[in-house]
Amino acid sequence: MNELRAQLQEWRVAIERRLPPWWPRALAVLLIAFGLVLPQLFSPTNNFINTEILALTYVMFALGLNIVVGFAGLLDLGYVAFFALGSYAFGWLGSGWFYKAHVHVLVHGPTGTLPGIHLNFLLILICAGLFTAFAGAIIGVPTLRLRGDYIAIVTLAFGEIIRVFALQGPALKIFGMPLTGGELGISGTDPPYLPGVGMFSQLNIRPWYYTIFVLVLITLFVNVRVRDSRLGRAWIALREDEVAAVSMGIPLVRTKLLAYALGAAFGGIAGAFLGAYTTLIDAGEFQFGFSIFVLAMVILGGLGSIWGVVVGALLLANINYYLIPDVFNSLPGDLGLNFNLTDLQVSIFGFLLVIVMVLRPQGLIPERRRKLELTEGIGESELEEPGTSWAGVEPGEVVQ
Amino acid sequence: MTVESPAPAQALGSPIMRAEEVSKEFGGLVAVNQVSVDVPLGSIVSIIGPNGAGKTTFFNMLTGLYKSSSGRIVFSGRDITHDRPDVITKLGVARTFQNIRLFGAMTALENVIVGRHCRMRAGLFGSIVRAPWVRAEERAVQERAAETLSYVGLRPRQFAQLSRNLSYGDQRRVEIARALASDPRLLLLDEPTAGMNPQESAALTEFMRKMRNDLELTILLIEHDMKVVMGVSERITVLDHGEKIAEGAPADVRENQRVIEAYLGKQS
Repeated sequence: MNELRAQLQEWRVAIERRLPPWWPRALAVLLIAFGLVLPQLFSPTNNFINTEILALTYVMFALGLNIVVGFAGLLDLGYVAFFALGSYAFGWLGSGWFYKAHVHVLVHGPTGTLPGIHLNFLLILICAGLFTAFAGAIIGVPTLRLRGDYIAIVTLAFGEIIRVFALQGPALKIFGMPLTGGELGISGTDPPYLPGVGMFSQLNIRPWYYTIFVLVLITLFVNVRVRDSRLGRAWIALREDEVAAVSMGIPLVRTKLLAYALGAAFGGIAGAFLGAYTTLIDAGEFQFGFSIFVLAMVILGGLGSIWGVVVGALLLANINYYLIPDVFNSLPGDLGLNFNLTDLQVSIFGFLLVIVMVLRPQGLIPERRRKLELTEGIGESELEEPGTSWAGVEPGEVVQ
Repeated sequence: MTVESPAPAQALGSPIMRAEEVSKEFGGLVAVNQVSVDVPLGSIVSIIGPNGAGKTTFFNMLTGLYKSSSGRIVFSGRDITHDRPDVITKLGVARTFQNIRLFGAMTALENVIVGRHCRMRAGLFGSIVRAPWVRAEERAVQERAAETLSYVGLRPRQFAQLSRNLSYGDQRRVEIARALASDPRLLLLDEPTAGMNPQESAALTEFMRKMRNDLELTILLIEHDMKVVMGVSERITVLDHGEKIAEGAPADVRENQRVIEAYLGKQS
């Protein structure tokens, strides 16, 4: 086993050495091209493309959560709250839900005359992002003085609070109108309209695909830029040692709340998109299980590793929405067993996670730093002669 | 290395940091009891005392990690008693820790760059857009961090190593470099020679003087090694059981009866 691993490592190093320095860029361009061509290879209502739309939405969720958990090291178990708030932002601002209001901003066609609040789709996405960023900062406040497991408990409770509010929404009236549709959901949402693309519909899901594809690219861009910035370093410093970080001049409150807010904003935008795509904002969806599902993507891919998280999210979403229900569902039946694979969905997940955690605890594509930790020799510099000179000051020399 | 000192010029010898009857209680335990210390500008001052005397607690109050229960702390003419640690750092106070607290998963260079945080301006949007001034700032900070690491004697090929994987002595260097990165005017060193052999301690002692001269620093240190303390300090404050029992020049403190008792026990 160890020999095999050493051999693989050797090959990898050999391959990496032979690749030109621009290969990551080339790979990224290839992948983007592949992503752009993919829906053209299938029919406009193909179920696989439908799955990929969901998978890309989960990539966005996972990238958002990765900022909070991976970069800043704040274990957030209530991420579903931002899915819910983003979805509701879409439901409230893009449907006839608040039927007493008549607000129309940059909407097209018949939507322009309907009662309710109807904003342009892109405008709603921006509003959802801002709204959830604000909510994220608020949920961050009570966790500021907490560490580790305690943050997990507070955020978990926050997720549950939002869920219960969503469920009880029909009883909560503002201006005589219910806040949410509870388990019946908010339906009749506006189909998005973009100039040049037209009205989105379920008869051709390609525009949906391209929309979320672009959203994911934007998310990736922001993630990479922020990770390699002053703010990204501050998050990692806080994650590594909070006391040292504040002593080095990093403002604790600001920095942590920015992590919560940015992570929440991506969750909210993805939530709004998902609300638009499924056309139903149903309180029954906002389960604790969602938070765990997204967290599993982050951990499976590699905490703090942007590309790892993308792979983790694509993998788990495809297994969950495509491989198990569509491809292998009848496998046990074909083997003469009396159950469907979907019955075992959760246990299959558990099993996969256990395997990955045992074989690759650092995740599928570990963060660069974690990789360094594992590959770099420990205390390499100790092997060299111990340096007793401090900046050219030799022992015995006297500085006046 | 060049030093930009943002604060107004002060007369040499006037106190840059002044603690006035500062106390800290944890529940019923009085860890520091009405301790007053003056740190003259440009000097090297030591705080010594047996284990548990309250030295580190005192340090933590000076840097804002602990809020003092009573008393007043003034830095460079400004009352910082109730300021947050990051604000105090920005005012020009930097520190190291007794048990090295580097960011283990960051490289030596990154550690020093983080130390520069409070002198940088790039925010969320600036970083996303990566405006020309943000790029310029990043580049300047990288160069400066490398310079600072060289200044404390780290070899260039160690800059990109994870700080966790550096040897103990090199970790000490990186920690001092990280503290220097914020352009401090007052540097607090918490037992900088802990775990060092006599030659290393001697070299560090000289290095402290060099830093003070090169960077126009004032240094306040906690130290156990008497050779270092007596060799480098211009003033010494002795704490025992949270109280100040002596203060003065090294020669006076060495002869002080209460200090000898605190260290060696009372003769019966």
